[in-house]
Amino acid sequence: MTDRPRDAGWFVGAGLLLAMAVLVGASIGPAGPSWWRVPLALIDHLPLISLDSGVSEQDWNVLWKIRMPRVVLGGLVGGMLSIAGASYQGVFRNPLVDPYLLGVAAGAGLGATIALTMGRGVTVGWAVDPVPVAAFVMALATVGVTYVVGSSAGGSRSGTTLVLAGIAVVSFATAMQTFILQRHNEVIREVFQWVLGRLSGATWSDVLMIAPYVVISSVVLILHRRQLDVFRIGDVEAATLGMSVARSRLVIVVTATLGTAAVVSVSGLIGFVGLVIPHVIRLVAGASYRRLLPLSLMFGATFLILADVPGRMLTDPAETPIGVVTAFIGAPFFIYLLRTKKVAS
Amino acid sequence: MSAIEFADVRVRYGKRTVLEPFSDRVGSGEWLGVIGPNGAGKSSLLRAIAGLVESGGTISIDGRNLATMSHRERATLVAYVPQEPLIPDDMTVFDYVLLGRTPYVSYFGVETGDDRRIAAEAIERLGLETFVARFLGALSGGERQRVVLARAIAQQAPVLLLDEPTSALDIGHQQQALELVTELRRHGGLTVISAMHDLTLAGSYTDRLTMLNDGAVVASGAAAEVLTAERLGEIYHVCVSVDIDDDGTVIVVPRRGSPPDPPSAPAPDPPSR
Repeated sequence: MTDRPRDAGWFVGAGLLLAMAVLVGASIGPAGPSWWRVPLALIDHLPLISLDSGVSEQDWNVLWKIRMPRVVLGGLVGGMLSIAGASYQGVFRNPLVDPYLLGVAAGAGLGATIALTMGRGVTVGWAVDPVPVAAFVMALATVGVTYVVGSSAGGSRSGTTLVLAGIAVVSFATAMQTFILQRHNEVIREVFQWVLGRLSGATWSDVLMIAPYVVISSVVLILHRRQLDVFRIGDVEAATLGMSVARSRLVIVVTATLGTAAVVSVSGLIGFVGLVIPHVIRLVAGASYRRLLPLSLMFGATFLILADVPGRMLTDPAETPIGVVTAFIGAPFFIYLLRTKKVAS
Repeated sequence: MSAIEFADVRVRYGKRTVLEPFSDRVGSGEWLGVIGPNGAGKSSLLRAIAGLVESGGTISIDGRNLATMSHRERATLVAYVPQEPLIPDDMTVFDYVLLGRTPYVSYFGVETGDDRRIAAEAIERLGLETFVARFLGALSGGERQRVVLARAIAQQAPVLLLDEPTSALDIGHQQQALELVTELRRHGGLTVISAMHDLTLAGSYTDRLTMLNDGAVVASGAAAEVLTAERLGEIYHVCVSVDIDDDGTVIVVPRRGSPPDPPSAPAPDPPSR
């Protein structure tokens, strides 16, 4: 009757997969130490442990300052987008929803575009890169507008109006972005690259910037796992079971949005992960949010770390954007899963 | 066992009144059947009790005004089974019934061992033990109805509201569902209020009927008093014959023939809050 042992099995398995993905991500790259020396080097740098990894100071710098921040950032971004996507799908009871539903992506894109039109020449001396800051602020502002517009029409109660408000606000933000780009076509390439998402050039300061948002958002969302299961039987029945539907929806949406805005401000708009990873988990591990949320976090992180690997190797003429890789890998895999599960059922 | 009392309860949707001031008292362990044509206000009354629509007047259970209670507190007193429950196909029977424990679980909490035991007991009571790990999507209509009732039973509320509990069931499952409610009422001491369309079933299973039309009470009392051919013809605009069996069962049979004046288009029920 209880699924706790099976849950524990899933979590341990997902944790092991994530650890393997981190090792793979840290081991592969055009320069740096041999792949088999990487685990030794990482173990060597653990406290109280010393062994001869044979990794030079220069190779260690490549591993620690270039590869690892990129791997950790990929994990944070993938995990956050997946858990936010699962949460959005839950509160809106809509399988086609992704974390960008209420305008995070459109707002972040508009913010990044505005910042980039200022020109790198102007902002080069600034203490903080204005692009992620503008993307973060505009992402939150856009979702805020969506919520105010949707709630004024009763959206916080039904959810559907909120989604419709999101469509309208996203269209408006996208139109503004297009309008600005039309007048500043010198930044089109930069904006396009940002839109496709990237983990290259990740630093530990990027990681530290978004980690608190990801950790706090993920913890709060996982604490709402039971509410999300109650949402599955509809707002009316959830209300008759004593749940404050509007309040729970608001808390979940705000939390998921905050985490998503933080990660996209650094990584750009990486599509597909937030939509598909939760569905993959539903297909293989069931739809209960008790399992779905932690597994989304771990599998999303694993997926994006691994998806970043081919992008690094395909570097001619430039590194392949991770958004392209996620779609290349994820779409056929998802189709395969759908087909096999359909046959199995 | 809890009595529920209504004092001038009214429901408006915008400028339209869907339930005129309604006053009544449903005693502990009593089963009140609410009947009436489509749009009469039956569902609105049930939704007002469940707190799904705003209402005027006072609804109280054992003297406690529901309007002053939190959602959670109200849910410990009133369980509501909607006409068409939203049943996720990919949820197991046990997980679904366990949702009935929601009013007792704190905001960030999860169910305790006691909650799981109560859910298991509700499942056992409704004879669903063999379905416990099965997905809801794999159940028949009758089995689903029992699962929904099990969730309501797991809620351990003394008042059970049923909105058209048999509308989606064949005649066999209709009878099974109502027998089940009768048994639950007998052994669990539930006070039941149900909106029903099948007048014969309503008369057979409930203690008392209240007939609504255009939001107002037109008759209330024992089935034989409420279900008269003249009244049904007038309210439902149908030709019916009403027979009373040897055991007192009131049987309503539609007859061919010209009904009285056609009814005006029924007003739809208001959306839930």
